[in-house]
Amino acid sequence: MATSTRSSAVTADPKAGAWAIAASVVDPEIPVLTIEDLGVLRDVSVSGRAVSVVLTPTYSGCPAIEAIRDDVVTALTQDGWGPVSVTFTLSPAWTTDWMSEAGKAKLHAYGIAAPTGSAPLRSAGPVRLRLSVKCPRCASLRTRELARFGSTSCKALYECLDCLEPFDYFKVL
Amino acid sequence: MNDGAPAHPDGHGHVDVAKVTLSEEIVDRASVASTDVAEYATWLGDDALILAQQLGWWISRAPELEEDIALGNIALDLIGHARSFLHYAGTATGRSEDDLAYFRDEHEFRSVHLVEQPNGDFAHTIVRQLLMSLYLFELYRELAGSADATLAAVAGKAEKEVDYHRDHASQWILRLALGTEESRERLLVALSDLWPYVEELFRDEPLHDVLAGIAVRPSGLREAFDRVLTDLFAEAELARPRTPTTSGGGRRGQHSEYLGYLLTEMQVLARRHPGATW
Repeated sequence: MATSTRSSAVTADPKAGAWAIAASVVDPEIPVLTIEDLGVLRDVSVSGRAVSVVLTPTYSGCPAIEAIRDDVVTALTQDGWGPVSVTFTLSPAWTTDWMSEAGKAKLHAYGIAAPTGSAPLRSAGPVRLRLSVKCPRCASLRTRELARFGSTSCKALYECLDCLEPFDYFKVL
Repeated sequence: MNDGAPAHPDGHGHVDVAKVTLSEEIVDRASVASTDVAEYATWLGDDALILAQQLGWWISRAPELEEDIALGNIALDLIGHARSFLHYAGTATGRSEDDLAYFRDEHEFRSVHLVEQPNGDFAHTIVRQLLMSLYLFELYRELAGSADATLAAVAGKAEKEVDYHRDHASQWILRLALGTEESRERLLVALSDLWPYVEELFRDEPLHDVLAGIAVRPSGLREAFDRVLTDLFAEAELARPRTPTTSGGGRRGQHSEYLGYLLTEMQVLARRHPGATW
């Protein structure tokens, strides 16, 4: 409340202001990415000082989504907005295709290989070919998958056959 | 952000999320299930919940660290599906997803017998994963077109995740079948032990007729399931087991002796300390 004279709650375009605040929240598991980079932030609507935010989880069981919700409420409240309501939607289902190009560049710089290619609409069968994944450290394409499931649901574990470093790959969904 | 922006494209491609406008009706938390839809959502939720609980046992016990993580991640996806389905089922009676998971007794669960079969050795767990993920993939693919918007939304998301699960199981089937004599022998035992529970997955129930256009008739999924399995078995040099079918009955609350033990472990904390948070 005390800082509200300088907050986005009173700027010329309140919706854009609220969007910018919500969009500044980062993924607690990959803190270089904002929820806007990830495509998790889906809608912001404003009525007076009240804000409604719509988020979509990356994976159905992603435990980070509740932390993200709390962070969105905190960020908007601190900026002078309120009440803030957050709802979740599952449709249309989140896809890595929504990750921004800026987000992919940030991931690479952080040491995580960005999703390679687009999500297939329908896969032919359970055993399929994949595009090679570029090592975020030395850019080699000579890499191999160590485990399809990595440190979080959205990542797989890879190894570079040139620089020999293991690395995370943000897999296509 | 822009009102009047075109509807979100259903496929994939580069989408400016700032321009996506969501209509109220697809925000799934807002809708309330009818009694029949709630029953159907309970079937779906219970299958996912029981399978997730089974996989959780492997954490710290899998044959290698990577596999530990893989099974844990798959369990987490399944918990996510179970939460969505049970949350929706609960809207019909004012119960929460936790009420349904922790405070129903064995005869109130509607899961199929396959998911309650014991983890056994790693081969048994992988065969169960293969059969369930092939079935769930075909089911969710169809359910994504359901006339019920909430079921369709949960299924559309789950389909993409289960695609990874069936890939994981398929890779292991190939490795176990074409690996060592020991791995192949164990895989054959597991296939023959679990095959009797396949039939129940594809059995139509009266509720499927009541919910025409909303629920998916499981008998219609069998052909696609068989096709994928035939290709995989050819690559793994496996023959289809000949063990006979069991009677099933999970959808009517009739369960094998294993479910009670599993529920006891899953529910003990919530029942001993009702309302506990941490």
